[in-house]
Amino acid sequence: MKPAPFVRHVPRTLDEALGLLSQLAGQEGRILAGGQSLVPIMAFRLAKPAHLIDINEVAGLDRLESDGKALSIGARVRHGAFHKLAVDNPLGALLTFVARHIAHYPIRMRGTFCGSLAHADPASEWCLTAATLDATMVAKSSRGTREIAARDFFEGIMSTALAEDELLAEVRLPLLAPDAKFGFNEFSRRAGDFAMASSLVTYRIVGGKMTDTRVGVGGAEAAPRRITEAEATLNGQTPNDAAFREAARVASDALDPLEDHQTNAEYRRDLVRAVVRRALENSLP
Amino acid sequence: MTHKSAITLTINNRDHAIAVEPRRTLVDAIREDCGQTGTHIGCEHGICGACTVIIDNEPVRSCLMFAVQAEGKKIRTVEGLADGETLHVMQQAFMDHHGLQCGFCTPGFLMLAVGVLEREPDISDDDLLDVLSSNLCRCTGYQNIIKAVRAAAQKMRK
Repeated sequence: MKPAPFVRHVPRTLDEALGLLSQLAGQEGRILAGGQSLVPIMAFRLAKPAHLIDINEVAGLDRLESDGKALSIGARVRHGAFHKLAVDNPLGALLTFVARHIAHYPIRMRGTFCGSLAHADPASEWCLTAATLDATMVAKSSRGTREIAARDFFEGIMSTALAEDELLAEVRLPLLAPDAKFGFNEFSRRAGDFAMASSLVTYRIVGGKMTDTRVGVGGAEAAPRRITEAEATLNGQTPNDAAFREAARVASDALDPLEDHQTNAEYRRDLVRAVVRRALENSLP
Repeated sequence: MTHKSAITLTINNRDHAIAVEPRRTLVDAIREDCGQTGTHIGCEHGICGACTVIIDNEPVRSCLMFAVQAEGKKIRTVEGLADGETLHVMQQAFMDHHGLQCGFCTPGFLMLAVGVLEREPDISDDDLLDVLSSNLCRCTGYQNIIKAVRAAAQKMRK
C-alpha cells in the first residue's frame, strides 16, 4: 500500500528540529531518520503520522567518534558506517561483527543506529548491544538534554523512556578493555530476518579466569537486557564448554520469554540456551 | 495536506522536473512521474529488493525513501547500466549464466550487485552470498544468480 498523506519538515539545525518536534509531537509528528522501519509501517498504514520531521539534512548528526572512553554515535549514523572499524578498540570489531547481522546490505545503507534504538524492536541487534554494554542515551528536546541509562531506556516492545518531544540525539557506548573478548549469535528463520533470539557476550581473561563478564539476551523478552545470573556463573571460571552450557541454561531459566503464534515459551528458552552458548563459543579465538 | 512540491530528480544523469506529494515513494516517482519503468515494485515494504537502485553510490530500496528525499542526489537505475548496445558486465553475466527466468527481480539484483561491487570490489565470495540474500527471486533458485555475480565480480576487478 501507499503511505497516508503527511507534511514533511526539513530542519537544517538541531535546534530547529527540536523546535519542530516540540511543536508537532502532539499533532502526530514523528522523526524520520533512515526510515527503514517507519516507512514500511507507514506503507501498511499502521502508522499515519501527520507530520514527519526529516532529520537527514540536519548538520552534525552524523558524528561518530571516540573520546578515549566512549564511542559517540550521532542520530544519523547509519548501520553501514560500522562495516568498517569505527574505533581502534575491541568495540569497533564487535560493532562490525554485529552490524553484518542487521537486515540486509541496502537497508544498512539507510537505517540508523539511534533510530533502531528509538524504535526499540525487541529483536534489534543494536538494542541488544546497547543493553549489554550499558550504553548512555542522550535525549534532547527544546526543554534541555538528559542522559538515560540503557537499563532505564527500554521499557517494552517498541516502547522507550523517550518523551514525546525528545530526540535520541546521540548514544554513547563505553569502550571495551583492550584485551576484551566478545561473541555474538542470533537465530532467525531467514537470512536478515528478525531474530527470534540473540545473545551478545563480552569478558576479559585475567589469570586464566573469566572476569567482567556481560551476557546480554535479545529477541526473547519484551526488551533486551543483561542476564546477571548467567554472568555470575561465568566470572571466575576458565572458558570451557561445561561453563558455557551452564551459563546458557541459567540464562534461559532466568527469562520471561515472549510467546507468539510461532513460538511458545519453551521453544524460546531452547533458542536462548543455544544462542548464549554459541555466542560464548564464538568468543574464543 | 496533499500539497505537491516541485522537485528535480536526476536519474542516470538526466534531470526530470516533477511535482509530487511528500508521501510519494521514490520508486513510484521513478516509474510513474519519470517514466523509467525498468525499476520494479514488488512488496512495497522493503523485503523483496525488486526496487533496488543506486543513490550517491549506495544501493538502497527505493520503496523505503520518499521521492522528495532524493532531490539533488545522483540516482542510477537499470536503464543506465548498458553503454549504448553494449551490456554492462553484470547484465552480460546474467545472460551467460542464465541468472534470470521471468526477469521481474533482475533490475533489483543488477543494481544491488553493481552497487556493492563498485563500493567493495574485493568483497569475498562468502560476503557476496550474504549480499545476494538481500533480494528475492522466485524463479532461479539463486544458484545461477550467484554464479553470474561471482563471474562479473572477477571481470569488474580487472
